[in-house]
Amino acid sequence: MKVLVAVKRVVDYNVKIRVKSDNTGVETANVKMSMNPFDEIGVEEAVRLKEAGKATEIVAVSMGPQACQETIRTALAMGADRGILVLTDAELQPLAVAKILKVLCDKEQPGLVILGKQAIDDDCNQTGQMLAALLDWPQATFASKLELGVSDARVTREIDGGLETITVTLPAVLTTDLRLNEPRYASLPNIMKAKKKPIDTVDPASLGVDVAPRLSTLKVNEPAKRQAGVKVATVADLVAKLKTEAKVI
Amino acid sequence: MDFTFNETQEQIRESVARICADFGDDYWLERDREGGFPDDFAKAIAQAGWLGVALPEAYGGAGLGVTEAAILVQTIAQSGAGFSGASAVHINIFGLNPVAVHGTEAQKKAWLPPMIAGKERACFGVTEPNAGLDTSRIQTRAQRQGDRYIVNGQKIWTSTAQSAQKILLLARTAPVETTPNPLNGLSLFYTDLDRKRVTVKEIEKMGRKAVDSNMVFIDNLEVPVEHRIGEEGKGFRYILEGFNPERILIAAEAIGLGRAALRRAATYAKERVVFGRPIGQNQAIQHPLAACWAELEAANLMAFKAAALYDAGQPCGAEANAAKYLAAEAGYKACETAVMVHGGMGYAKEYHVERYFREILIARLAPVSRELILSFLAEKVLDLPKSY
Repeated sequence: MKVLVAVKRVVDYNVKIRVKSDNTGVETANVKMSMNPFDEIGVEEAVRLKEAGKATEIVAVSMGPQACQETIRTALAMGADRGILVLTDAELQPLAVAKILKVLCDKEQPGLVILGKQAIDDDCNQTGQMLAALLDWPQATFASKLELGVSDARVTREIDGGLETITVTLPAVLTTDLRLNEPRYASLPNIMKAKKKPIDTVDPASLGVDVAPRLSTLKVNEPAKRQAGVKVATVADLVAKLKTEAKVI
Repeated sequence: MDFTFNETQEQIRESVARICADFGDDYWLERDREGGFPDDFAKAIAQAGWLGVALPEAYGGAGLGVTEAAILVQTIAQSGAGFSGASAVHINIFGLNPVAVHGTEAQKKAWLPPMIAGKERACFGVTEPNAGLDTSRIQTRAQRQGDRYIVNGQKIWTSTAQSAQKILLLARTAPVETTPNPLNGLSLFYTDLDRKRVTVKEIEKMGRKAVDSNMVFIDNLEVPVEHRIGEEGKGFRYILEGFNPERILIAAEAIGLGRAALRRAATYAKERVVFGRPIGQNQAIQHPLAACWAELEAANLMAFKAAALYDAGQPCGAEANAAKYLAAEAGYKACETAVMVHGGMGYAKEYHVERYFREILIARLAPVSRELILSFLAEKVLDLPKSY
């Protein structure tokens, strides 16, 4: 079975996000970028499927400027077999990404598509769901456990009330939650092997996808600075404040 | 002129940093208190294949250059592992280059893969107590007897000899009197560290307690002829080829540790509030830290310039030596400034910078003093009369 994983290049999770001075977005120039951590979990899951003999080929897809090739290369170093870079300087919103992935799925015919449940930059949490709808495939989102059968998959999902286990028929779309696995570090031999793995480059127009944004961003602001707390002199004061002001007891 | 790292180089930094993240400051603090080789760290680095970064692909390495090796050791030092981490793997990263370059096929096959896999660790038996930086004067003798050499002598500052299985050994095969140029009488061996014939005595030292430094006493060590690297009498030349990469790696490590110190200092300066404002708002705190950054990054440019020259097969002696000089001074200044910015807390072990401060001195002292570097630069670059 072929597995397609989507990997997004985002501002590294360790970086303190700064808003651009013209309030049009966040600063990404000279900022460390890396693979969206949830996508990393997706790649890891695919590699584990391959190691278990359940997947035959892993295709990593990324979209955006040329630098996204580095993100694909990271996926290849973790164990993906080849990459597809959808090269564009356009701002890609979840619907555009889902449409592009749909066309790639039509072409590649994977048995399973794995995406992160959301990207840590815009936190949209939409692409996987939109893709499933466009493909008319079942979806298993927020997966914390995957047991892959021949024609279906048992997926444990993290929901508000606890854990939910569902079965989806294949092909299906899976989005990863934090506890699905712990991604491996790329080893040096695998980094060297990844250099020789192929990456195809395509562009949205050649795939026949209109990526024009459907939403426009009006303004991006820094969140309000956290106000300093208050110091209380006695335990009695604390209890009183918790009761009357915070109303938590 | 391109100052950017390529995709593979960025990936190396990233992947190594992730391994190091599993070995935080508290791990190294513990190692510094208790001593004991950081086996689990060295194992993690070896298991991910990093020891082979600069060794040929045919023997399990990655066939990359000194640039990549420098990124590797710098990332280790910069993680807060400092020289405790970097020195634990350092010798295994470039030390066996003479084998890769001058060894026979059989030697490479026998020695490189177990070293890369972390199954065998090597130590570096070159420096001697009575020769110091004048390597041509080393006295350890290797006398040929049939198909073997009998080695007698003494080495000093041999790191990791407490646990190493192998030793890269430089010894005199022809007496000084018989060789007009004393550098010609030395030969290089890679052999088993037979503890029945070799006594290893640890030197108690100021810092980097986890990675042992030793005096090594060699008493009738038998070394088979097959353990000699290359030709008899050319050992010093083979070792010499490794001097520039060695300086580049030390420079990269010193800059890494300096950056770690600077990171801690800046964080503390932002958080520590005195007189109602963070101390980092005071220019007396800001300026020294900013100057440290500038000096570290300038040294880094020199280090990677030297690495690029070496990897391109160009002469890099002046640059490699200058890089080690600049990096050690900049690293030292950064570590010292970090202690001072922490005030009294800088003297407390739990803030880690005092450990960095003790460790950074290694880069100023080894493998060559700054004075000798300056003498070398004066002679080679400025064309002044040789002073040593």
